[in-house]
Amino acid sequence: MLPVITVEHLRKVYSHHVVAVDDVSFEVERGEIFGLLGSNGAGKTTTVECVQGLRTPTAGTVRVLGKDPLHHAADLRGRMGCQLQESRLPDHMKVWEALDLFASLAPGVVDWQTLLEQWGLGEKRNAFFSSLSGGQRQRLFIALALVSSPEVVFLDEMTTGLDPAARRIAWDLIEQIRDRGTTVVLVTHFMDEAERLCDRVAVVDRGSIIAMDTPRGLVVRYDPLEQVVFSCELEDVEWLNDVPGVCSVTRRGPRVVVEGTGPLLARVAAALVDRGEAPDDLRVIEPSLEDVFLKLTGHLVED
Amino acid sequence: MTTDGTSQAAGRHISHPGGLKVLLKLTWIELKLFLREPMTIVFTFAFPVVLMFVLGETFGNRSTTDAHVFGDVGAMNYYAPAYIAVVTMSVGVIMLPARLTDYRSGGVLRRFRASLVPIWAVLGSQVLGALVLGVIGAVLVVAFAATFYPVHFPDSLGLLAAGFVLCSAAFAAIGTLLGAVMPSPRAAQGAGLMLFFVMLFLSGASVPTEVMSDTMTRIGDFLPLTYGVDLLQGAWIGGTWDWVSALVLLGIAVVAGFLSLRVYRWG
Repeated sequence: MLPVITVEHLRKVYSHHVVAVDDVSFEVERGEIFGLLGSNGAGKTTTVECVQGLRTPTAGTVRVLGKDPLHHAADLRGRMGCQLQESRLPDHMKVWEALDLFASLAPGVVDWQTLLEQWGLGEKRNAFFSSLSGGQRQRLFIALALVSSPEVVFLDEMTTGLDPAARRIAWDLIEQIRDRGTTVVLVTHFMDEAERLCDRVAVVDRGSIIAMDTPRGLVVRYDPLEQVVFSCELEDVEWLNDVPGVCSVTRRGPRVVVEGTGPLLARVAAALVDRGEAPDDLRVIEPSLEDVFLKLTGHLVED
Repeated sequence: MTTDGTSQAAGRHISHPGGLKVLLKLTWIELKLFLREPMTIVFTFAFPVVLMFVLGETFGNRSTTDAHVFGDVGAMNYYAPAYIAVVTMSVGVIMLPARLTDYRSGGVLRRFRASLVPIWAVLGSQVLGALVLGVIGAVLVVAFAATFYPVHFPDSLGLLAAGFVLCSAAFAAIGTLLGAVMPSPRAAQGAGLMLFFVMLFLSGASVPTEVMSDTMTRIGDFLPLTYGVDLLQGAWIGGTWDWVSALVLLGIAVVAGFLSLRVYRWG
């Protein structure tokens, strides 16, 4: 089956020769949540704006549902939903009017009432856009992106401005949308969001994709070492180095950190029990996407 | 490539009715937005009526010895059609540019564009909305004048309607062009207000052309409202069609409309 999105050798140079995106290629399959993960200014938004047809690429080709978004926008109307980072609605437009308007882009009748309730805007249906809080605006924009029941939806930093509870609700709702077959392109700089939601992640740094895989796949490939941590009284723990799979053993105060691969927890636990030790705080710390990101880019996302 | 082309053509064929649906929906929303805007109420509805009141109380509508100043008709017969033109001018130069620049700089257009709302639907809804507001404003002005002063019925309602549509089109095109070139809503508002007052005073809509100095008349010749006033007064008083004014307004509508479509940038 044809991929929903195909990007080949995309390049975008702004004036003053600022290269925002350099030779980016990727495909997004139907029904997956595809993440573009990177720090601010890495080129994620420029990439996705080229895919949406909001910017003209300097070079390369972009196809969405088989169409060129720049020149055949009318063919994509209602089939593509977008939530933008910076946008606004007219101050005196009411919430329900916005949903009704954007719903009219889709063929057939769209039930936006359910969407209104799902995204917690039921009580705000008659409120002016200008009276909404940042989080409410954000939720309205997500709802607007979804209102035409698009085949593919772009969410650019969708949980920015949402409180923790609203964030989790948003994640659940996006998963439900994916489960109904909608393809989702998620632009984010939140590692936990990418790890939780994305089926595949492209790590974007300085205008290029430097790695692309499932979140788990990225971890396995780039940061395969697990850590097992426990407290113990023993002075000498060097013998743990002989346990198969262990790469290093470090003592940090009362704590011992064992790094290695394989079924590390089980092996370390067995070795400790053999020595008559049974620490009650033995646990494994799996490497996270954040560790991978740090390793790949050499800097933290906030930089 | 060829198969790609045919499928795209077929897709476009299906999507066209959707565009019209969006245009109508957007026009209806725009109309409501206009009515929620105090500037609209003041300049399109209240201000023309207040000026009509002032003029009516000053000159009355009797055929006095001064009647020749007002083309040998009563002052209010002279002003009623003129103020219909003023209403269309107010909608065009004050409201449209303010709105379009606000949409562009504030990210509203980006929002629309990302959802693939066609630009002709966005601009079209503004123009259609402006036309409907113009009708409401014109009805208010005429109703006021007819209620309180003995204004006679228009000599040709058909020509008046045609002239009104032409005036609205010309000023909507000017407004759209201003909205396209002005950098910010504040700049658009400033320019709009200046144009509004210059045209209000120098186009024969307040000071009759007959008593203006030569210089003022000559400046007036460059102002679109002069032609709007002439066209509508001709239709109302005497039922004549001023071809020169009509062609000037049509020219403005076509040229400004074309330019604004070329110049207008999405945010």
